[in-house]
Amino acid sequence: MKLRHKKTLTAYLFLLVPLSFFAFIRFYPMISAFYISFTDWNIISPVKNFVGLSNYVNIFKDPVFRISLLNTLKYVLYGVPSVIILSLALALLLNNITKFQSFYRLIYVMPYITPLVATSWVWRWMYQKPPTGIINNFLNSLGLPTRSFLMSTTEALPSIVATTVWIEIGYCVIIFLAGLQNIPKEYLEAARVDGANRRQLLFRITIPLLNPVIVFLSVMETIIFLRIFTQVYNMSDQGSGGPLNSTKPLVLYIYQKAFKSFDMGTATAATVVLFLIILGITILQLKVLNKKVQY
Amino acid sequence: MKRYLMVLLTVLLLLSVMSFGKVKIVYWQYYFETKVKAIDEIIKEFQKLYPEIEVEHVTFPYESFNEKVAASVPAGTGPDIVNLYYGWIPKYVTSGYLQPLPESEFSEAYLNANFFPFVAKGVEFMGKRYALPIAVRSLALFWNKDLFKEAKLDPERPPRTLQELVEMAKKLTKYDRQGNIVQAGLATQPSGQGHHWIREVLTRQFGGAPYNDDYTQVTYQAVPAALKFYTDLITVHKVGYPGFMNDDITAFTSQAAAMNIDGSFRIAALKKAGINFGVAELPEYNGIKSNFASFWANGITKNCTGEKLDAAIKFLKFLSSEKVMELWLEKVGELPANPAVAQKYYNDPIYGPFLKGLEYAHATMFVDETAQRQVIMDAVDRVWLKGISPEQSFKEAAQTEQAILDKFWNSVGK
Repeated sequence: MKLRHKKTLTAYLFLLVPLSFFAFIRFYPMISAFYISFTDWNIISPVKNFVGLSNYVNIFKDPVFRISLLNTLKYVLYGVPSVIILSLALALLLNNITKFQSFYRLIYVMPYITPLVATSWVWRWMYQKPPTGIINNFLNSLGLPTRSFLMSTTEALPSIVATTVWIEIGYCVIIFLAGLQNIPKEYLEAARVDGANRRQLLFRITIPLLNPVIVFLSVMETIIFLRIFTQVYNMSDQGSGGPLNSTKPLVLYIYQKAFKSFDMGTATAATVVLFLIILGITILQLKVLNKKVQY
Repeated sequence: MKRYLMVLLTVLLLLSVMSFGKVKIVYWQYYFETKVKAIDEIIKEFQKLYPEIEVEHVTFPYESFNEKVAASVPAGTGPDIVNLYYGWIPKYVTSGYLQPLPESEFSEAYLNANFFPFVAKGVEFMGKRYALPIAVRSLALFWNKDLFKEAKLDPERPPRTLQELVEMAKKLTKYDRQGNIVQAGLATQPSGQGHHWIREVLTRQFGGAPYNDDYTQVTYQAVPAALKFYTDLITVHKVGYPGFMNDDITAFTSQAAAMNIDGSFRIAALKKAGINFGVAELPEYNGIKSNFASFWANGITKNCTGEKLDAAIKFLKFLSSEKVMELWLEKVGELPANPAVAQKYYNDPIYGPFLKGLEYAHATMFVDETAQRQVIMDAVDRVWLKGISPEQSFKEAAQTEQAILDKFWNSVGK
């Protein structure tokens, strides 16, 4: 055996552990979920009857599934641009600060490192109506009308988006700051010498050079908002995704079908749909946003 | 050294001889500290009575109950007796997990003699009975005596009818300058026990029935007045709303709600919180009393046969004996399922009203409790959040729930 072959073999030997981990822990359940989506399995029954595409037909007939799908898209549509724009703005400001920069960074990253269940509940209490909710008590003390927030079918979803944006900003700010510090100062100085104003510096130099970071964060945040669950589960009454399904995302729909109604066929069919959506959007984003910038 | 080894071997030999000839049965329940301790104690008593039987007690977290049981069935390693929520019986039976209780041991006469009437109905599925409870839970009206005093109401006289309930609730409600409720007269939380109150109590009091006799047809839409009574509390009388102080339990425990309809399982927590509360039977209407009861029950699995089955029958009977029920009330705080035992506590100011409620209680046969609860939650939300009429909302609820029932009954081929 040649040395090269030996080396390759050793490499594969070491890769065997993570590979088998991925195969059994990741891919096997995925493939089995695809299979279950064509059956009528109810979790505790030993038999799985093959039912063809009927689970897929049924979920698209189910108005709650359609609402959940729409809500999921709303979470992404409201959430991702807000997170990206706000965290970019904050990162640009923080980048100008030289004193106590790490302290500010810590403050922004705090919500992100706090357990999601805890932050969700704190926000749930802050959104309460008087006499408990801090936000409404504040409005009340100013003589302004109070709001329903989580108790309204129109305000609940944006309220949960706001909480999630607040959480995600911490993570994105850190990544943006790292990206900003990677931009060579020479480019900015050269542009300034050529007479570029601050606006031009931002839109012609900084943002184009940040493009890889923006792509990465948009993809990550889109996936995070597509898979939103914990916040909604903890911020709606009994984890229902209410009021009247107005906050229910796809993942919560899947969870309820699988572990409350024990309807694994329907749940896995919805999972496959979510998988395809995430796959599609991610490919699209990588194609559209990932433009190489060279100076 | 050799001698120690000999002693050890002799002891082991003796132990194995002692356990030889013993029948071992396995009991499964989810982990809830007081229940686990009580069962341990009960098993000790049982083994004293039947030294030839050994009961192994296995517990696991509530969250993994169904997954755990599901995994054990095909493997044949599951329990002989399993403790399950009565609402899950249909699913467990249709999945081939439970065996019917032997008619020779658990006849109709046995059930009638030892249990409240709703129990027999609650454990029955397609003509056969599958499990027996130790204890049951029912609903009652909790009222805060301090807040009654503050509102200049007699702290020892709770409302007896729905009309009185509304009048008193109004007097007990406080608002801020903008009209926001700061103290609820009556907590209204369909996601808590409210949906049971609407379904099994109000619907019957307003002259209807929530379902047909075998729970295959939804019929509550015929009495929209039941839903209207509930939503009027929120929209007309403004004595509370769903989500006030987050939920009814928090509101009542923090003394921000003067009255609440809740289950017997709340007693311990309220006592611990030091609330000066009283318990009354649910208010009646049109002379009709009704209540909702639910329970966890012990069933025998298909894996259990032969001498194990005999042992399991003995254990099941012991679990449902009067002695165990008394111990259960004392240690766990759940109500005895046997009317004879219950009668002993009728004068108890706290347990009495719950126990009297059991006489006229109904145990809803849920096929998917979470989804069915959601239906009633949505029915209330549509009225107070969307301004839809109770008639229309109840009709929509009935359609949605009927679809859930149909799906289930079709899947079991009825």
